[in-house]
Amino acid sequence: MTTATGLTSRIIPCLDVRDGRVVKGVRFQNLQDQGDPAECAARYAEQGADEIVFLDITASPEGRDADRDWIRRTAEQVFIPLSVGGGVRRVEDAERLLRSGADKVALNSSPIDRPELLDELAHRFGSQCVVLSVDAGRWEEPRADSRWQVVTHGGRRPRGLDAIEWIVEGVERGAGEILLTSIDSDGTQDGYDLELLAEVCQRVRVPVIASGGAGRPEHLAAALRAGAAAVLAASIFHQGTYTVGEVKAYLAQQGFPMRESGA
Amino acid sequence: MTHGRQIYSALEVVVIDAGVGNLDNLARALRHVGAQSHGGLQCRVTTDPRVIASAKCLVLPGVGAFRPPRETLRGEMEEALRAALERGAWLLGICVGFQLLFDRGEEFGSTDGLGLLPGVIRQLPDDVPVPHIGWNRLHDENNHPLFAGIPNGSYFYFVHSFAPLAIAESAEPTCLARATHGVPFTAVAGRDRILGTQFHPERSGPAGLSLLSNYLELAHAADSGN
Repeated sequence: MTTATGLTSRIIPCLDVRDGRVVKGVRFQNLQDQGDPAECAARYAEQGADEIVFLDITASPEGRDADRDWIRRTAEQVFIPLSVGGGVRRVEDAERLLRSGADKVALNSSPIDRPELLDELAHRFGSQCVVLSVDAGRWEEPRADSRWQVVTHGGRRPRGLDAIEWIVEGVERGAGEILLTSIDSDGTQDGYDLELLAEVCQRVRVPVIASGGAGRPEHLAAALRAGAAAVLAASIFHQGTYTVGEVKAYLAQQGFPMRESGA
Repeated sequence: MTHGRQIYSALEVVVIDAGVGNLDNLARALRHVGAQSHGGLQCRVTTDPRVIASAKCLVLPGVGAFRPPRETLRGEMEEALRAALERGAWLLGICVGFQLLFDRGEEFGSTDGLGLLPGVIRQLPDDVPVPHIGWNRLHDENNHPLFAGIPNGSYFYFVHSFAPLAIAESAEPTCLARATHGVPFTAVAGRDRILGTQFHPERSGPAGLSLLSNYLELAHAADSGN
Protein backbone atom coordinates (compact mmCIF):
# COMPACT_ATOMS: atom_id res chain seq x y z
CA MET A 1 0.00 0.00 0.00
CA THR A 2 3.02 2.26 0.11
CA THR A 3 3.84 1.81 -3.58
CA ALA A 4 3.72 4.93 -5.68
CA THR A 5 0.48 4.47 -7.48
CA GLY A 6 -2.84 6.20 -7.57
CA LEU A 7 -4.56 2.91 -8.35
CA THR A 8 -7.60 2.17 -6.23
CA SER A 9 -8.78 -1.15 -4.86
CA ARG A 10 -11.79 -2.30 -6.86
CA ILE A 11 -15.16 -3.34 -5.47
CA ILE A 12 -16.94 -5.75 -7.80
CA PRO A 13 -20.51 -6.97 -7.33
CA CYS A 14 -21.10 -10.35 -8.91
CA LEU A 15 -24.39 -11.27 -10.54
CA ASP A 16 -25.37 -14.86 -11.32
CA VAL A 17 -27.57 -14.94 -14.39
CA ARG A 18 -29.77 -17.81 -15.50
CA ASP A 19 -31.98 -17.68 -18.58
CA GLY A 20 -31.51 -13.95 -18.75
CA ARG A 21 -32.49 -13.20 -15.13
CA VAL A 22 -30.37 -12.46 -12.07
CA VAL A 23 -30.73 -15.32 -9.60
CA LYS A 24 -29.57 -15.86 -6.06
CA GLY A 25 -28.80 -19.09 -4.32
CA VAL A 26 -26.07 -20.83 -2.38
CA ARG A 27 -23.87 -22.92 -4.66
CA PHE A 28 -26.42 -22.78 -7.44
CA GLN A 29 -29.16 -24.33 -5.26
CA ASN A 30 -32.60 -22.89 -4.43
CA LEU A 31 -32.35 -20.12 -6.97
CA GLN A 32 -34.54 -17.07 -6.54
CA ASP A 33 -35.26 -14.43 -9.15
CA GLN A 34 -33.56 -11.12 -8.38
CA GLY A 35 -34.44 -9.09 -11.43
CA ASP A 36 -33.14 -7.87 -14.76
CA PRO A 37 -29.35 -8.02 -15.22
CA ALA A 38 -29.10 -4.62 -16.91
CA GLU A 39 -31.16 -2.95 -14.18
CA CYS A 40 -29.16 -4.60 -11.38
CA ALA A 41 -25.86 -3.67 -13.01
CA ALA A 42 -26.96 -0.07 -13.57
CA ARG A 43 -27.98 0.20 -9.92
CA TYR A 44 -24.60 -1.06 -8.71
CA ALA A 45 -22.75 1.20 -11.15
CA GLU A 46 -24.66 4.14 -9.74
CA GLN A 47 -23.68 3.11 -6.21
CA GLY A 48 -20.04 3.25 -7.27
CA ALA A 49 -19.19 -0.31 -8.32
CA ASP A 50 -15.84 -0.32 -10.11
CA GLU A 51 -16.70 -3.23 -12.34
CA ILE A 52 -19.44 -5.85 -12.71
CA VAL A 53 -18.94 -9.59 -13.04
CA PHE A 54 -21.73 -11.68 -14.53
CA LEU A 55 -21.63 -15.44 -14.26
CA ASP A 56 -24.05 -16.99 -16.70
CA ILE A 57 -25.21 -20.24 -15.12
CA THR A 58 -27.79 -21.00 -17.79
CA ALA A 59 -27.82 -24.76 -18.11
CA SER A 60 -27.97 -25.30 -21.86
CA PRO A 61 -25.86 -23.65 -24.56
CA GLU A 62 -29.03 -23.00 -26.57
CA GLY A 63 -30.62 -21.14 -23.70
CA ARG A 64 -27.49 -19.09 -23.25
CA ASP A 65 -27.33 -17.89 -26.82
CA ALA A 66 -30.99 -17.05 -26.90
CA ASP A 67 -30.74 -14.86 -23.85
CA ARG A 68 -27.50 -13.03 -24.39
CA ASP A 69 -29.45 -9.93 -25.27
CA TRP A 70 -29.15 -8.83 -21.63
CA ILE A 71 -25.41 -8.29 -22.10
CA ARG A 72 -26.03 -5.88 -24.96
CA ARG A 73 -28.71 -4.05 -22.97
CA THR A 74 -26.30 -3.74 -20.03
CA ALA A 75 -23.46 -2.46 -22.21
CA GLU A 76 -25.74 0.20 -23.66
CA GLN A 77 -26.32 1.78 -20.27
CA VAL A 78 -23.46 0.79 -17.98
CA PHE A 79 -20.08 2.33 -18.82
CA ILE A 80 -17.73 0.55 -16.44
CA PRO A 81 -15.89 -2.70 -17.20
CA LEU A 82 -18.12 -5.75 -17.58
CA SER A 83 -16.82 -9.29 -17.23
CA VAL A 84 -18.92 -12.24 -18.31
CA GLY A 85 -18.25 -15.89 -17.62
CA GLY A 86 -20.09 -19.07 -18.42
CA GLY A 87 -19.89 -21.55 -21.24
CA VAL A 88 -16.83 -20.19 -23.04
CA ARG A 89 -15.30 -23.24 -24.72
CA ARG A 90 -13.91 -21.82 -27.93
CA VAL A 91 -12.54 -18.57 -29.27
CA GLU A 92 -15.84 -18.02 -31.06
CA ASP A 93 -17.77 -18.21 -27.76
CA ALA A 94 -15.56 -15.46 -26.34
CA GLU A 95 -15.93 -13.39 -29.45
CA ARG A 96 -19.72 -13.62 -29.19
CA LEU A 97 -19.59 -12.40 -25.60
CA LEU A 98 -17.25 -9.54 -26.46
CA ARG A 99 -19.41 -8.45 -29.38
CA SER A 100 -22.46 -8.55 -27.12
CA GLY A 101 -20.79 -6.05 -24.82
CA ALA A 102 -18.48 -7.87 -22.43
CA ASP A 103 -15.10 -6.21 -21.89
CA LYS A 104 -13.56 -9.35 -20.43
CA VAL A 105 -14.46 -13.02 -20.50
CA ALA A 106 -14.05 -15.24 -17.45
CA LEU A 107 -13.10 -18.87 -17.98
CA ASN A 108 -13.43 -21.58 -15.39
CA SER A 109 -13.61 -25.24 -16.37
CA SER A 110 -12.99 -25.24 -20.13
CA PRO A 111 -9.27 -24.29 -19.96
CA ILE A 112 -8.73 -27.14 -17.50
CA ASP A 113 -9.79 -29.52 -20.26
CA ARG A 114 -7.90 -27.56 -22.90
CA PRO A 115 -5.34 -25.05 -21.48
CA GLU A 116 -4.42 -23.79 -24.99
CA LEU A 117 -7.71 -21.91 -24.98
CA LEU A 118 -6.06 -19.30 -22.75
CA ASP A 119 -3.20 -18.80 -25.22
CA GLU A 120 -5.64 -18.53 -28.09
CA LEU A 121 -7.79 -15.95 -26.35
CA ALA A 122 -4.84 -13.86 -25.15
CA HIS A 123 -3.36 -13.90 -28.61
CA ARG A 124 -6.60 -13.00 -30.29
CA PHE A 125 -8.06 -10.42 -27.90
CA GLY A 126 -5.20 -9.51 -25.53
CA SER A 127 -4.60 -10.63 -21.96
CA GLN A 128 -6.66 -7.73 -20.62
CA CYS A 129 -9.74 -9.58 -21.93
CA VAL A 130 -8.94 -12.91 -20.30
CA VAL A 131 -9.93 -13.57 -16.70
CA LEU A 132 -9.07 -17.01 -15.36
CA SER A 133 -11.68 -17.95 -12.80
CA VAL A 134 -10.44 -20.59 -10.39
CA ASP A 135 -12.55 -22.29 -7.74
CA ALA A 136 -10.17 -23.73 -5.18
CA GLY A 137 -10.85 -25.97 -2.21
CA ARG A 138 -8.74 -27.61 0.44
CA TRP A 139 -8.05 -31.30 -0.15
CA GLU A 140 -10.27 -33.54 1.93
CA GLU A 141 -7.21 -35.53 2.92
CA PRO A 142 -4.27 -33.17 3.50
CA ARG A 143 -1.33 -33.66 1.14
CA ALA A 144 2.27 -32.69 1.61
CA ASP A 145 2.75 -31.25 -1.85
CA SER A 146 -0.46 -29.32 -2.35
CA ARG A 147 -2.87 -27.40 -0.15
CA TRP A 148 -5.69 -26.53 -2.50
CA GLN A 149 -7.09 -28.29 -5.51
CA VAL A 150 -9.10 -26.94 -8.41
CA VAL A 151 -12.80 -27.69 -8.17
CA THR A 152 -15.39 -27.08 -10.88
CA HIS A 153 -19.14 -27.29 -11.41
CA GLY A 154 -20.09 -25.14 -8.46
CA GLY A 155 -17.85 -27.01 -6.08
CA ARG A 156 -19.16 -30.44 -6.95
CA ARG A 157 -16.33 -31.75 -9.11
CA PRO A 158 -12.79 -31.96 -7.65
CA ARG A 159 -10.22 -31.99 -10.44
CA GLY A 160 -7.18 -33.34 -8.60
CA LEU A 161 -5.12 -30.42 -9.87
CA ASP A 162 -3.05 -28.15 -7.62
CA ALA A 163 -4.75 -24.76 -7.61
CA ILE A 164 -1.59 -22.66 -7.25
CA GLU A 165 0.21 -24.47 -10.06
CA TRP A 166 -2.83 -24.14 -12.29
CA ILE A 167 -3.04 -20.39 -11.65
CA VAL A 168 0.67 -19.92 -12.39
CA GLU A 169 0.26 -21.85 -15.63
CA GLY A 170 -2.83 -19.84 -16.54
CA VAL A 171 -0.96 -16.56 -16.15
CA GLU A 172 1.94 -17.87 -18.21
CA ARG A 173 -0.53 -18.79 -20.93
CA GLY A 174 -1.97 -15.30 -21.00
CA ALA A 175 -4.63 -14.79 -18.32
CA GLY A 176 -4.59 -11.09 -17.41
CA GLU A 177 -6.45 -11.40 -14.11
CA ILE A 178 -7.32 -14.15 -11.66
CA LEU A 179 -10.78 -14.45 -10.17
CA LEU A 180 -10.08 -16.62 -7.14
CA THR A 181 -13.02 -18.25 -5.36
CA SER A 182 -12.60 -20.32 -2.24
CA ILE A 183 -15.14 -23.10 -2.39
CA ASP A 184 -14.67 -23.66 1.35
CA SER A 185 -15.74 -20.12 2.25
CA ASP A 186 -18.18 -19.46 -0.60
CA GLY A 187 -21.66 -18.90 0.79
CA THR A 188 -20.52 -18.90 4.42
CA GLN A 189 -20.29 -15.10 4.81
CA ASP A 190 -17.47 -15.80 7.29
CA GLY A 191 -14.76 -14.11 5.23
CA TYR A 192 -12.46 -14.98 2.35
CA ASP A 193 -9.84 -17.76 2.58
CA LEU A 194 -6.96 -15.39 3.34
CA GLU A 195 -4.26 -18.07 3.31
CA LEU A 196 -5.19 -19.13 -0.19
CA LEU A 197 -5.43 -15.52 -1.29
CA ALA A 198 -2.04 -14.51 0.12
CA GLU A 199 -0.40 -17.54 -1.46
CA VAL A 200 -1.81 -16.78 -4.91
CA CYS A 201 -0.96 -13.06 -4.66
CA GLN A 202 2.64 -13.98 -3.90
CA ARG A 203 2.91 -16.28 -6.87
CA VAL A 204 1.49 -14.13 -9.67
CA ARG A 205 1.87 -10.49 -10.63
CA VAL A 206 -1.45 -10.04 -12.38
CA PRO A 207 -4.34 -8.65 -10.33
CA VAL A 208 -6.14 -11.16 -8.13
CA ILE A 209 -9.84 -10.70 -7.44
CA ALA A 210 -10.84 -12.27 -4.13
CA SER A 211 -14.16 -14.11 -4.07
CA GLY A 212 -16.15 -16.37 -1.79
CA GLY A 213 -17.13 -15.62 1.78
CA ALA A 214 -17.73 -11.87 2.05
CA GLY A 215 -20.22 -11.18 4.82
CA ARG A 216 -19.04 -7.91 6.33
CA PRO A 217 -16.96 -4.94 5.14
CA GLU A 218 -14.12 -6.10 7.44
CA HIS A 219 -13.80 -9.22 5.28
CA LEU A 220 -13.16 -7.09 2.22
CA ALA A 221 -10.54 -5.08 4.10
CA ALA A 222 -8.79 -8.29 5.16
CA ALA A 223 -8.71 -9.55 1.56
CA LEU A 224 -7.19 -6.29 0.34
CA ARG A 225 -4.56 -6.50 3.10
CA ALA A 226 -3.75 -10.05 1.96
CA GLY A 227 -2.88 -8.66 -1.46
CA ALA A 228 -6.07 -8.71 -3.51
CA ALA A 229 -6.34 -5.98 -6.16
CA ALA A 230 -10.10 -6.26 -6.09
CA VAL A 231 -12.80 -7.85 -4.01
CA LEU A 232 -15.89 -9.51 -5.36
CA ALA A 233 -19.04 -9.94 -3.34
CA ALA A 234 -22.56 -11.05 -4.09
CA SER A 235 -24.88 -11.69 -1.16
CA ILE A 236 -24.00 -8.65 0.92
CA PHE A 237 -24.99 -6.41 -1.98
CA HIS A 238 -27.96 -8.42 -3.25
CA GLN A 239 -29.50 -8.77 0.19
CA GLY A 240 -29.13 -5.04 0.63
CA THR A 241 -27.08 -5.56 3.81
CA TYR A 242 -24.69 -2.92 2.49
CA THR A 243 -24.64 -0.73 -0.57
CA VAL A 244 -21.47 -0.56 -2.64
CA GLY A 245 -21.16 3.04 -1.48
CA GLU A 246 -21.27 2.07 2.20
CA VAL A 247 -18.62 -0.57 1.71
CA LYS A 248 -16.38 1.87 -0.14
CA ALA A 249 -16.83 4.52 2.54
CA TYR A 250 -15.77 2.00 5.19
CA LEU A 251 -12.73 0.87 3.19
CA ALA A 252 -11.71 4.46 2.48
CA GLN A 253 -11.86 5.11 6.21
CA GLN A 254 -9.58 2.11 6.71
CA GLY A 255 -7.03 3.73 4.44
CA PHE A 256 -7.68 1.85 1.20
CA PRO A 257 -7.66 4.04 -1.89
CA MET A 258 -11.18 4.07 -3.32
CA ARG A 259 -12.59 5.68 -6.43
CA GLU A 260 -15.06 8.31 -5.33
CA SER A 261 -18.39 7.22 -6.64
CA GLY A 262 -21.15 9.30 -8.11
CA ALA A 263 -20.56 12.38 -10.18
CA MET B 1 -34.01 12.31 -40.73
CA THR B 2 -33.97 15.54 -42.67
CA HIS B 3 -35.92 17.16 -39.85
CA GLY B 4 -33.08 16.36 -37.52
CA ARG B 5 -30.53 17.85 -39.86
CA GLN B 6 -32.34 21.13 -39.92
CA ILE B 7 -32.23 21.46 -36.17
CA TYR B 8 -28.89 19.87 -35.38
CA SER B 9 -25.96 19.43 -37.64
CA ALA B 10 -25.75 15.67 -37.04
CA LEU B 11 -22.56 14.60 -35.33
CA GLU B 12 -20.45 12.10 -37.15
CA VAL B 13 -17.63 10.09 -35.69
CA VAL B 14 -15.43 7.66 -37.54
CA VAL B 15 -13.78 4.99 -35.39
CA ILE B 16 -10.68 3.58 -37.08
CA ASP B 17 -10.59 -0.21 -36.81
CA ALA B 18 -6.90 -1.12 -36.68
CA GLY B 19 -7.77 -4.77 -36.26
CA VAL B 20 -7.30 -5.20 -32.54
CA GLY B 21 -9.86 -5.40 -29.82
CA ASN B 22 -13.55 -5.02 -29.59
CA LEU B 23 -14.79 -1.61 -30.69
CA ASP B 24 -18.47 -2.17 -30.02
CA ASN B 25 -18.42 -0.80 -26.49
CA LEU B 26 -16.56 2.31 -27.63
CA ALA B 27 -19.20 2.83 -30.34
CA ARG B 28 -21.94 2.29 -27.74
CA ALA B 29 -20.42 4.91 -25.43
CA LEU B 30 -20.06 7.42 -28.27
CA ARG B 31 -23.66 6.87 -29.38
CA HIS B 32 -24.86 7.17 -25.78
CA VAL B 33 -23.05 10.48 -25.34
CA GLY B 34 -24.24 11.67 -28.74
CA ALA B 35 -27.83 10.84 -27.88
CA GLN B 36 -27.69 12.31 -24.37
CA SER B 37 -25.86 15.56 -25.04
CA HIS B 38 -25.84 16.26 -28.73
CA GLY B 39 -29.20 15.15 -30.13
CA GLY B 40 -27.84 12.07 -31.85
CA LEU B 41 -24.69 10.87 -33.46
CA GLN B 42 -23.67 8.77 -36.40
CA CYS B 43 -20.81 6.47 -35.51
CA ARG B 44 -19.03 4.42 -38.13
CA VAL B 45 -16.42 1.80 -37.34
CA THR B 46 -14.28 1.37 -40.42
CA THR B 47 -11.12 0.10 -42.07
CA ASP B 48 -11.97 1.94 -45.30
CA PRO B 49 -9.30 4.54 -46.18
CA ARG B 50 -11.84 6.63 -48.14
CA VAL B 51 -14.09 6.93 -45.11
CA ILE B 52 -11.13 7.84 -42.91
CA ALA B 53 -9.80 10.41 -45.38
CA SER B 54 -13.08 12.27 -45.56
CA ALA B 55 -13.84 12.18 -41.81
CA LYS B 56 -13.84 15.31 -39.66
CA CYS B 57 -13.93 13.62 -36.26
CA LEU B 58 -11.85 10.48 -35.78
CA VAL B 59 -11.21 8.08 -32.92
CA LEU B 60 -8.29 5.67 -32.96
CA PRO B 61 -8.74 2.95 -30.30
CA GLY B 62 -6.53 -0.03 -29.59
CA VAL B 63 -5.68 -2.63 -26.98
CA GLY B 64 -2.85 -5.07 -26.52
CA ALA B 65 0.55 -4.56 -28.08
CA PHE B 66 1.91 -1.58 -30.04
CA ARG B 67 3.06 -3.27 -33.20
CA PRO B 68 -0.01 -5.13 -34.60
CA PRO B 69 -2.24 -2.04 -34.95
CA ARG B 70 0.78 -0.02 -36.13
CA GLU B 71 1.36 -2.46 -38.97
CA THR B 72 -2.36 -2.54 -39.81
CA LEU B 73 -2.39 1.22 -40.20
CA ARG B 74 0.80 1.42 -42.23
CA GLY B 75 0.04 2.13 -45.86
CA GLU B 76 -3.36 3.24 -47.08
CA MET B 77 -5.03 3.73 -43.72
CA GLU B 78 -2.17 5.86 -42.42
CA GLU B 79 -2.12 7.93 -45.60
CA ALA B 80 -5.86 8.46 -45.26
CA LEU B 81 -5.48 9.45 -41.61
CA ARG B 82 -2.74 11.96 -42.44
CA ALA B 83 -4.82 13.38 -45.29
CA ALA B 84 -7.78 13.85 -42.95
CA LEU B 85 -5.58 15.59 -40.35
CA GLU B 86 -4.12 17.84 -43.01
CA ARG B 87 -7.63 18.88 -43.93
CA GLY B 88 -8.32 19.81 -40.32
CA ALA B 89 -9.88 16.66 -38.91
CA TRP B 90 -9.84 15.98 -35.16
CA LEU B 91 -8.35 12.79 -33.75
CA LEU B 92 -8.71 11.13 -30.35
CA GLY B 93 -6.39 8.20 -29.63
CA ILE B 94 -7.41 5.78 -26.88
CA CYS B 95 -5.09 3.38 -24.99
CA VAL B 96 -2.81 1.77 -27.60
CA GLY B 97 -4.39 4.12 -30.15
CA PHE B 98 -3.05 6.94 -27.96
CA GLN B 99 0.39 5.35 -27.81
CA LEU B 100 0.49 5.11 -31.62
CA LEU B 101 0.32 8.91 -31.82
CA PHE B 102 3.85 9.22 -30.39
CA ASP B 103 7.25 8.96 -32.07
CA ARG B 104 8.13 5.42 -31.13
CA GLY B 105 7.11 2.36 -29.15
CA GLU B 106 9.62 0.16 -27.38
CA GLU B 107 7.60 -3.02 -26.96
CA PHE B 108 9.22 -6.18 -28.39
CA GLY B 109 11.88 -4.04 -30.07
CA SER B 110 11.48 -0.52 -31.38
CA THR B 111 8.61 0.41 -33.69
CA ASP B 112 7.99 3.82 -35.20
CA GLY B 113 4.75 5.51 -34.18
CA LEU B 114 2.75 8.03 -36.15
CA GLY B 115 4.94 10.85 -34.83
CA LEU B 116 2.01 13.17 -34.25
CA LEU B 117 2.99 13.81 -30.63
CA PRO B 118 6.54 13.94 -29.24
CA GLY B 119 7.58 11.09 -26.96
CA VAL B 120 8.45 7.43 -26.64
CA ILE B 121 6.31 4.58 -25.30
CA ARG B 122 8.16 2.58 -22.66
CA GLN B 123 7.31 -0.11 -20.12
CA LEU B 124 6.14 0.94 -16.68
CA PRO B 125 8.68 0.20 -13.95
CA ASP B 126 8.67 -3.29 -12.46
CA ASP B 127 8.40 -2.29 -8.80
CA VAL B 128 4.63 -1.98 -9.23
CA PRO B 129 2.20 -4.60 -10.56
CA VAL B 130 2.15 -4.56 -14.36
CA PRO B 131 -0.16 -4.49 -16.25
CA HIS B 132 -1.61 -1.40 -14.65
CA ILE B 133 -5.26 -2.46 -14.43
CA GLY B 134 -7.94 -0.49 -12.68
CA TRP B 135 -9.05 2.99 -11.70
CA ASN B 136 -6.39 5.65 -11.28
CA ARG B 137 -6.67 9.39 -10.82
CA LEU B 138 -5.35 12.16 -12.97
CA HIS B 139 -3.09 14.89 -11.63
CA ASP B 140 -1.48 18.00 -13.06
CA GLU B 141 -4.42 18.51 -15.37
CA ASN B 142 -3.92 21.25 -17.89
CA ASN B 143 -6.79 23.70 -18.29
CA HIS B 144 -7.94 22.06 -21.51
CA PRO B 145 -11.54 22.05 -22.80
CA LEU B 146 -11.34 18.24 -22.94
CA PHE B 147 -11.70 18.35 -19.12
CA ALA B 148 -14.65 20.75 -19.06
CA GLY B 149 -16.97 19.82 -16.20
CA ILE B 150 -14.68 17.04 -14.95
CA PRO B 151 -13.32 17.69 -11.45
CA ASN B 152 -9.54 17.62 -11.07
CA GLY B 153 -8.32 14.33 -9.65
CA SER B 154 -11.08 12.30 -11.28
CA TYR B 155 -10.61 8.56 -11.72
CA PHE B 156 -10.43 6.76 -15.06
CA TYR B 157 -10.09 3.10 -16.02
CA PHE B 158 -6.63 2.03 -17.24
CA VAL B 159 -5.42 -1.25 -18.74
CA HIS B 160 -1.85 -1.12 -20.03
CA SER B 161 1.78 -2.04 -19.41
CA PHE B 162 3.43 0.66 -21.54
CA ALA B 163 3.01 4.43 -21.47
CA PRO B 164 4.55 7.66 -22.70
CA LEU B 165 7.30 7.93 -20.09
CA ALA B 166 10.11 9.77 -21.81
CA ILE B 167 8.64 13.15 -22.57
CA ALA B 168 11.28 15.76 -23.30
CA GLU B 169 10.91 19.10 -21.59
CA SER B 170 10.31 20.73 -24.96
CA ALA B 171 7.27 18.48 -25.29
CA GLU B 172 5.83 19.52 -21.93
CA PRO B 173 3.03 21.61 -23.43
CA THR B 174 1.58 18.50 -25.10
CA CYS B 175 1.10 16.75 -21.74
CA LEU B 176 -2.43 17.61 -20.66
CA ALA B 177 -2.61 15.40 -17.54
CA ARG B 178 -0.58 12.79 -15.72
CA ALA B 179 -1.30 9.71 -13.67
CA THR B 180 1.10 7.76 -11.45
CA HIS B 181 1.79 4.05 -11.39
CA GLY B 182 5.34 3.50 -10.19
CA VAL B 183 6.26 6.70 -11.98
CA PRO B 184 4.23 9.63 -13.24
CA PHE B 185 3.37 9.23 -16.91
CA THR B 186 1.47 11.20 -19.52
CA ALA B 187 -2.14 10.04 -19.27
CA VAL B 188 -3.66 12.65 -21.57
CA ALA B 189 -1.79 14.47 -24.31
CA GLY B 190 -2.65 16.71 -27.19
CA ARG B 191 -1.55 19.23 -29.71
CA ASP B 192 -4.00 21.30 -31.69
CA ARG B 193 -6.62 18.86 -33.02
CA ILE B 194 -4.77 15.69 -32.05
CA LEU B 195 -5.68 14.38 -28.59
CA GLY B 196 -5.36 11.11 -26.74
CA THR B 197 -5.92 9.31 -23.45
CA GLN B 198 -4.01 6.34 -22.05
CA PHE B 199 -7.16 5.26 -20.17
CA HIS B 200 -10.46 4.03 -21.62
CA PRO B 201 -13.00 6.88 -21.40
CA GLU B 202 -15.70 4.52 -22.70
CA ARG B 203 -15.29 2.37 -19.55
CA SER B 204 -14.65 5.19 -17.07
CA GLY B 205 -18.17 5.94 -15.88
CA PRO B 206 -19.53 9.51 -15.84
CA ALA B 207 -16.07 11.15 -16.00
CA GLY B 208 -15.18 9.19 -19.13
CA LEU B 209 -18.49 9.95 -20.82
CA SER B 210 -17.97 13.67 -20.09
CA LEU B 211 -14.56 13.52 -21.70
CA LEU B 212 -15.98 11.87 -24.83
CA SER B 213 -18.75 14.45 -24.92
CA ASN B 214 -16.18 17.26 -24.65
CA TYR B 215 -14.21 15.78 -27.50
CA LEU B 216 -17.30 15.58 -29.74
CA GLU B 217 -18.12 19.16 -28.86
CA LEU B 218 -14.61 20.39 -29.64
CA ALA B 219 -14.50 18.62 -32.97
CA HIS B 220 -17.91 19.78 -34.08
CA ALA B 221 -17.71 23.33 -32.76
CA ALA B 222 -14.57 23.78 -34.81
CA ASP B 223 -16.45 22.28 -37.75
CA SER B 224 -19.28 24.82 -37.64
CA GLY B 225 -16.79 27.64 -37.15
CA ASN B 226 -15.10 26.90 -40.47
